[in-house]
Formats: sequence, C-alpha cells, structure tokens
Amino acid sequence: MTKSELIARLAERFPQLVAKDADFAVKMILDAMSDALVRGDRIEIRGFGSFALNYRPPRVGRNPKSGDKVSVPAKWVPHFKAGKELRERVDKTA
Amino acid sequence: MTLTKAELADLLFERVGLNKREAKDMVEAFFEEIRNALEVGDGVKLSGFGNFQLRDKPQRPGRNPKTGQEIPITARRVVTFHASQKLKADVEQAYDGTTV
Repeated sequence: MTKSELIARLAERFPQLVAKDADFAVKMILDAMSDALVRGDRIEIRGFGSFALNYRPPRVGRNPKSGDKVSVPAKWVPHFKAGKELRERVDKTA
Repeated sequence: MTLTKAELADLLFERVGLNKREAKDMVEAFFEEIRNALEVGDGVKLSGFGNFQLRDKPQRPGRNPKTGQEIPITARRVVTFHASQKLKADVEQAYDGTTV
C-alpha cells in the first residue's frame, strides 16, 4: 500500500469529507510524526507502536572500495517498535 | 514530549478544519488502515517518511533468561520499519552527535 492508496482508502471511509481533506490529513499526520522525531521526541500510538531515536556511537569504518579507514561520527537513527495489537494481528501463528 | 493520537487529532482539527469527532476518527483510521494492510501481508510505503515491511522469521533456539532452560522461539511474522532517506537525513542533521 502506498501513500496515495492510503489516502484513497481514508477518503472512502469518510464520504462526508472532500477527497482533499484525506490527502491533507495524511500529509499533516506524517509531517507531524517526522517533525517529532527530528525534535528528538517519541511517538506513542497505542495498539500500533512507538517511534523513538536510537543512538549509534562513533566508529571507525572502511571505504569498501579503497579499504581506507574513515571515522563515522555518532548519530541518531529512527526506530520503530510494533505495539501488541499490531504484533498479534500480523502474526497469525500467535 | 511524546506525540500521541490526541495531539495528531488536535492538529487535524486546527489545521485541516475537521470537526473534533472527524479528526479523532481520521487519526484512528489512518493507523487502522496501515494495520489492515500489514495484517493481510501487504507492506506499506509512505514516501518521505518510511516503509513498513513484513519479515517471516524461522524458528530459532532461545533460552529462558531466568532459569537458563532452552526453549525454541517459534517461527513468526514481524513488522519492521525503515525510515526514508529524507527522514534519516533530517534526524541526523538535527542530532549531529554533539548533544549526547
């Protein structure tokens, strides 16, 4: 499912709204989620999951082509942990 | 600060002009549609934000950390999230490692 398919499914769910509203809503939600992570805030959606930043310490890496050592600085990377409901619905064996 | 469904609904009320009921329902439906897609085995690609993918993990040996007893971890399907290049770059730029 792509973003435009998600927008189409939401527009179908809300026939009283104009299609543009679903489009705007999806973009607004995704922007707010991105902004939260960029600020270093967590996102917690009960039944879906949580997003947070994980720390990656600095390390010495290598250029795979030349084999030269390069220092890779510390950084933060977005991380998602699925919530209970999502985990259970996705895993039919559970 | 933690972003939750309540703040997202407030945003849709204030900025998109949905009424309070619609804003709350829209946020709920947004996550429910993503869960629905993943539940039927369909990955979700949200350009500019990231992709939710499904991975089938085989059974592997595990251990009860308290008792040390060996117990198999059963085969399962799990959700993984990969942030988009844009989101990763924006986060990295905001947090250049100096704030640790």
